[in-house]
Amino acid sequence: MTEITDVALLIFMVILAVAISRMQNLFMVAVMMGIFSFLSAVVFTLLDAVDVAFTEAAVGAGVSTVLLLGTLALTTREEKVAKQKNAFALLAVIATGGALIYGTLDMPHYGDANAPVHTHVADRYIEKSGEEIGVPNIVTSVLASYRGYDTLGETTVIFTAGIGVILLLGRALRKGEKS
Amino acid sequence: MTVGLFNYWACVVLMLIGLYTAIARPNLIKKLIGLGMFQVAVFLLYISMGKVSGGTPPILHTSGEAYSNPLPHVLILTAIVVGIATLSLGLALVVRIWEAYQTLEEDEIVERDHD
Repeated sequence: MTEITDVALLIFMVILAVAISRMQNLFMVAVMMGIFSFLSAVVFTLLDAVDVAFTEAAVGAGVSTVLLLGTLALTTREEKVAKQKNAFALLAVIATGGALIYGTLDMPHYGDANAPVHTHVADRYIEKSGEEIGVPNIVTSVLASYRGYDTLGETTVIFTAGIGVILLLGRALRKGEKS
Repeated sequence: MTVGLFNYWACVVLMLIGLYTAIARPNLIKKLIGLGMFQVAVFLLYISMGKVSGGTPPILHTSGEAYSNPLPHVLILTAIVVGIATLSLGLALVVRIWEAYQTLEEDEIVERDHD
């Protein structure tokens, strides 16, 4: 049952992605992108990644939709019709796709418990994190303790991006006040 | 029903749609949206690899069932938040470009630069 739902939702996502790519109205594109993120959150839940699912639902579907709508309010809602089909882009995309599909052929199948990804450090996290960290949620233990420096780096990235946005938009806003 | 490699192929297709949108569409907001789709495809790829058949979410319990791999979840949590940071910075640049050029189409911006 889980597998059928997983396949169906992934097919939905592909259809939605094609629709988003073809649409000219950017307002609709922003809303569809929110639906796309929610669908991906459902797939994450099916794949047992509950923490990722609620972060995607809050950040991907919530915050990024708000940011996109804010940008549309400050700029324009209509995309102009593209003049010609871009054959070079299509060629590059097909070549990339061929390489990626070739790369998946010898990957472990869905749900394989003996895949290399499960045989290294993950086992230690699962067996020891309960007594070492004392938090029932293993993802939280790894995020905040074992890989705490990653999270620190992530915070630095957010901080830098925040400063960047303030510098870019703050200047524009001050100019707007003067004129 | 066995899913086999279907998840990876769906991820590849989503990636390609995102990549095509980012390369071929001249509109800057559309390019960022293509980038966003590409990111979601990468997230799905990682999370698909972490799934164990019959596993449970990686929260400690005593019923003896296997856990799915928590490590990809942690990496992707970080990636989602970094993704929103790049998106916000990109959109701020888009707003500045709109103020300077009054257009978001790449070809028109290049034309105006050559005038």
